[in-house]
Amino acid sequence: MSVLTMAQALNSALDVALSDPRVVVMGEDIGTTGGVFRITDGLAEKHGTERVIDTPVAESGIVGAAFGMAVAGMRPVVEIQFMGFSYPAYDQVINHVARIRNRSRHRFTAPMVIRLPYGAGIGAAEHHSESTEAVYAHIPGLKVVVASTPENAKGLLLAAVDDPDPVIFMEPIRLYRAARGEVPGGRHTTPIGSAEVDRTGSDVSLVSYGAMMRETREAADRLAEDGVSAEIIDLRTLVPLDADTIVASVVRTGRAVIVHEAPLTAGYGAEIVALIQERALYSLRAPVQRVTGWDTVVPLRLAERHYMPSVARIVSAARQTLEG
Amino acid sequence: MHLKPHQLLTPEGVHTGRAAPDIDAVRARYGALVEARLYDHKASALQRQGRLATYAPYEGQEATQVGAVAPLAARDWLVASYRDAAAMFFHGYPWKNLLLTRMGDERGGHPPEGVNALPPSITVGGHMIHAVGLAWAERLQGTDAVALTIFGDGATSEGDFHEAMNFAGVYRTPTVFLCQNNGWAISMPRSQQTASETIAQKAVAYGFPGVAVDGNDVLAVEEVVAEAVARARGGDGPTLVEALTYRIHGHTTADDHRRYRVEEEVATWRAKDPLERVRLWLHGQGAWDETWQSELEERASRRIEAAVAEAESLVSFTAGEIFDATYQELTAPLRIQRSLAERDSQ
Repeated sequence: MSVLTMAQALNSALDVALSDPRVVVMGEDIGTTGGVFRITDGLAEKHGTERVIDTPVAESGIVGAAFGMAVAGMRPVVEIQFMGFSYPAYDQVINHVARIRNRSRHRFTAPMVIRLPYGAGIGAAEHHSESTEAVYAHIPGLKVVVASTPENAKGLLLAAVDDPDPVIFMEPIRLYRAARGEVPGGRHTTPIGSAEVDRTGSDVSLVSYGAMMRETREAADRLAEDGVSAEIIDLRTLVPLDADTIVASVVRTGRAVIVHEAPLTAGYGAEIVALIQERALYSLRAPVQRVTGWDTVVPLRLAERHYMPSVARIVSAARQTLEG
Repeated sequence: MHLKPHQLLTPEGVHTGRAAPDIDAVRARYGALVEARLYDHKASALQRQGRLATYAPYEGQEATQVGAVAPLAARDWLVASYRDAAAMFFHGYPWKNLLLTRMGDERGGHPPEGVNALPPSITVGGHMIHAVGLAWAERLQGTDAVALTIFGDGATSEGDFHEAMNFAGVYRTPTVFLCQNNGWAISMPRSQQTASETIAQKAVAYGFPGVAVDGNDVLAVEEVVAEAVARARGGDGPTLVEALTYRIHGHTTADDHRRYRVEEEVATWRAKDPLERVRLWLHGQGAWDETWQSELEERASRRIEAAVAEAESLVSFTAGEIFDATYQELTAPLRIQRSLAERDSQ
């Protein structure tokens, strides 16, 4: 165990992953300079530029080439610099990476990881603040994972590399250095498809993931000051969803608030609401609330704060469920 | 395939072209280069003071940008990227707007009416094909306007570059592709970006001419782009221009270029400075002195400072205003969200 930032934990995971000769890490600026967020720092030096590969600026090319490598028996881990730059590769992801298993009825598969730094809150230029997990979660054949702590960042990334299917791996940019915590050394995995009860509570279930876990915890603290006991569920995996953990919690508390920074409409929160009404409707004591980004483009730096779901909004949504 | 870059003015300020250049015209270009550099330095300084978000410096590339837009008419289109503020300014896009975008204010993207330049492209590959569509539309609508797109060496690796070049070739659109080859795409040197010896030669495969030019020579860039614009305007189709220049600083203010390249390389290129060679030539003609230099700098500084003041005087968006350019008319669900956002921000 050592105390690491999420960035260091991810670096450690990739370092461990590279001990498997099938693993290659590839992306723009990830070699010599260690990636725009320094997640791959030192890896090219240690594992060689044959396996930690600086690529041309070509996201579709990176993903398409990684697909070929995966089909041929390698385990590529791809870095796209920002989620907003992943769209040129979307055709490869949807039409090939996600489908080759079905297209070939298991004869060919694409076990690969696509790492996507995501999310707003850093005052970045346009396209650098995206949280478009719903466009990936909607595609059959992909698994979608979102890290929220240094520990689960390492554990989920190593599990993703081991996974027999392609995994979209989302990393919250604003937690890269802000999140610090104990991380096991060496090989450590966190199962894909399992949510974590981050904090137990009895009055309301707060369901979130990724970067918004920070605001969600703060909201739970504030609610506790008023004597409201909030349970927090960190989804960690969006696809496949750990429905049982969510349902068990909502059955107990009778109330739920879903928090994500992606826009509201057709956002992943709607999926959770649907699940709750299918399996826990009669336990509900109040309508389920969603606290999300607005249905706008993420504003640039000067107005970005107006977009991000605030602690106050989460608290107020939780209160609304309590007031009935 | 070797293409010798076209050059008219050596780094030592010796003019090697056949016809002597017009001194007043060169003085005008020199004034533009001075202003371009001052803006770049100012923007970097503002970023260090926290008044701009991340900034992408273009020092060393001023000649390419000034020379590239000099042949354009106001009716022509410019589709440039995030490192091309100087090109955009000299095509009419105000410093104020360029600053606003960098400050993180969407209103930077709204230049005055009559300025035919799209907001700077932040994605690396997506904008080149837009210059094909713009130019194509101009032809379909019976005008003689052309479109110039500026992009980096890294952008030529994106699939979109191929599609843009191919469309332009197939439809012979009046498009000028200007690759501002500054040697580096963040940490990737040009040699690892493409196995082609030059970028200019890529044009051959698309069925139109490619030319290489010394990108630190404003007169040569202007001449080469002027020919390309004339070809486009005359119905002879697109041209790819590769301007060989150098990114003196990091990719952005968030990048440390010492991690991946040696200082000697930067020094080599500093010695080929795009301003100095023009100054030397003018000096040799008796058309440059310290007083004039100071006048140029003061005039440029005044314009830039006025733009900074104007940009910083704008009141940032309220929570509600972030909704207002999502659609032409705010939709019913957005009206509800807008009022909630306004309420929450109270």
